[in-house]
Amino acid sequence: MADIKLTINGKECTAPAGSTILEAADLNNIHIPRLCYLPGIHKYGACRICVVEQVSPPARNLQAACVVAARDGMVIETNSPRVRIARKAMYELLLSNHDQNCLTCSRNQDCEFQALGRELGVERSPYEGARNVLPLDVSQSITRDPNKCILCRRCVSVCRNIQTTAVLTAENRGFQTVITPGFGLPIGNTACTFCGQCVVVCPVGALKETSHKDRVLDALADPKKYVVVQPAPAVRVGIGECFGLPAGSCETGRLAAVLRRMGFDAVFDTNWSADLTIMEEGTEFLERFKSVLSGGDATLPMMTSCSPGWIQFIEHNFSDQLDHLSTCKSPHEMFGAVIKSYYAKKIGKKPEDMYVVSVMPCTAKKTECARPELQNDGVPNVDAVITTRELGDMIKAMGIDFLSLPEEEFDAPLGLSSGAADIFGVTGGVMEAALRTVYEIITGRELPFPNLHVSPIVGLEEIREATIKLENVKPEWQAAEGFEVRIAVTSGYAGARKLMNQIKEGKSPYHFIEVMGCPGGCITGGGQPRPRQDINIVRQKRLEAIYGEDERKPLRKSHENPALLAFYQEWGQPGCHASHEYLHTHYVPRGKYNGLTEEDFVVKAQG
Amino acid sequence: MNEKVNTDLSAQEREQYEAVARVIEQYRQKPGSLIMVLHAAQEIFGYLPMELQQFIADGMDIPVSEVCGVVSFYSFFSTQKRGKHTIRMCQGTACYVRGGKKVVEAIKKELGVEVGGTTADGQFTFEIVRCIGSCGLAPAMMVDDDVYKQVTPTKLRCILAQYTEQDEQGGETA
Repeated sequence: MADIKLTINGKECTAPAGSTILEAADLNNIHIPRLCYLPGIHKYGACRICVVEQVSPPARNLQAACVVAARDGMVIETNSPRVRIARKAMYELLLSNHDQNCLTCSRNQDCEFQALGRELGVERSPYEGARNVLPLDVSQSITRDPNKCILCRRCVSVCRNIQTTAVLTAENRGFQTVITPGFGLPIGNTACTFCGQCVVVCPVGALKETSHKDRVLDALADPKKYVVVQPAPAVRVGIGECFGLPAGSCETGRLAAVLRRMGFDAVFDTNWSADLTIMEEGTEFLERFKSVLSGGDATLPMMTSCSPGWIQFIEHNFSDQLDHLSTCKSPHEMFGAVIKSYYAKKIGKKPEDMYVVSVMPCTAKKTECARPELQNDGVPNVDAVITTRELGDMIKAMGIDFLSLPEEEFDAPLGLSSGAADIFGVTGGVMEAALRTVYEIITGRELPFPNLHVSPIVGLEEIREATIKLENVKPEWQAAEGFEVRIAVTSGYAGARKLMNQIKEGKSPYHFIEVMGCPGGCITGGGQPRPRQDINIVRQKRLEAIYGEDERKPLRKSHENPALLAFYQEWGQPGCHASHEYLHTHYVPRGKYNGLTEEDFVVKAQG
Repeated sequence: MNEKVNTDLSAQEREQYEAVARVIEQYRQKPGSLIMVLHAAQEIFGYLPMELQQFIADGMDIPVSEVCGVVSFYSFFSTQKRGKHTIRMCQGTACYVRGGKKVVEAIKKELGVEVGGTTADGQFTFEIVRCIGSCGLAPAMMVDDDVYKQVTPTKLRCILAQYTEQDEQGGETA
């Protein structure tokens, strides 16, 4: 379709047909103030801040620029006196029943509502609306403070339209309206997967991660604790943004340096454990595959189990299909189990003297570390999980100048990793890492893709698939000769739901499926810095950064990690008895309304 | 039936759920028919508890959050068990200025309930509505489907007595 031409503030503007007035203005470098609008996620017209005057064709009312289509010949004023007065009044009305304790809000100076007030020049709060003081709702992962909510409904959109979980909704009407899981239920007792996408899009302090910062500080101050830290792969391509660096900055060296400055006793890397996961999960897949080849009844497709949001999703929505999940714990939980057993023994400590802190791009990992089955020897595998955002806050609070730090290495031996581990942080990465190892075990040759990237599954489309033909296999894999292994990759629950429905109907053509709970994978997880530009651009940049990190590594395959091989010499084989005890787990059928379990993830509401 | 609803149902509840299931069957292909189903379900159960909303969500194949959003938005829907009869006193402009407020106070006193409450004997649920479209009869009041005109605190007692007596005799609504 041809472009449309319209006049905005007296300037001739061109925009693609189908653009909204706001999109047309953005394309022509005219800024219309906005609050609830979020490209790719929320186009709803809830807040009315983006109102503009439609001069021609004449419209009686001001128009919400984010939802009204731009048309040929339109004449728009975005900054007329009428618009300015209306916009300010709209802001003042939103403010009228907002909890205005900005100084003690976790989003102080990082709040879109606050920034907008400044932008609009609002210097008073003339209206006093009816306020209902509602209690905090604290779950293991997410804390809801309805008193700070401005009812923009971004969280509802991301939960319903992007993730298809549809846990959050608007309940009641008028001043009683509240964004909630419904029925007054605490969010920790619903089918919430704790993916945290709602937390990322929240413009104010109404949705945030349940903080573990104090836990970590207490552990660091306790001389009896040996505190080990491990950051996930995606953290290195996120943390820079907390310090003003552009999206796509990879800060592995400074990340290791800053964790050391913070006082952790050992600065290891979840990446090491990602390599470990490949050995365990790859072996598990090979066993299932071998069983099926010889007419056994092992369950395929096998599905990855690294993403705790995805685990919650399947436990709630497909609780009769849990056999498809790999029994591997997620990498940071495996890591905690190794630290508190193998490594503790090595340094002469008891499991209870070890304290494991995970830095994760994820809010669901907080719930995961509270799961009762993720314990060994009477202690949880992981004691605290802080998000990338929380790490950024802690660094600032400790007065460490991140940007001036030198680049350092993680501690040996559990800080060494291959490039395969880095790509665990991006959709498609776990599958690619697994294939790099599994293919080589079966055929004795390197995975036949340029630069080891399985190109059909690299990218951000909802579902990607590939077929890998096994030819000239090693003698012990003769049964697999000529077999075409079909794989699929998805991220976000919309794709996961499609693949699961296929499985449920017995129509899945796949043997191995990777699922990550958040769209794009961990790089845009619920614990990552909130994007300062279009999320799709940020996602692409972080993706490129993480593949770049993989390509810079001298070793690209998990089974070549020398620190891992040394570990297995003492530990045993992948899938051995110790592995099953410490590195594998089981899952809990929960049901759509938690009817199948007594467990929930509610933390007592704070006073 | 969802995992919670399936357990411990009395024979009567089972019948009620089956009736709702038939309504859902009738409407599930028609987009935008949730409100019709909720109406029918409230007729059958008298109110819309959480388990019933979950049952409807599953049947209609929509998220329960959507059902709950609609139920909580419209004052006609109730999530609390209701009395045998529902009194809806109009407090629209006309009814308000013509003495409706006094009647509200009288109902509260007579029945010993607040607005939105149900009497201890389960006879009456008392609600306020904003205009029932009978402004010529102000102040107007509805008991179930019957409209009463120009209600005063004195008339109120006679009206309510009618419902109590009628129930005692097991008779039909006049």
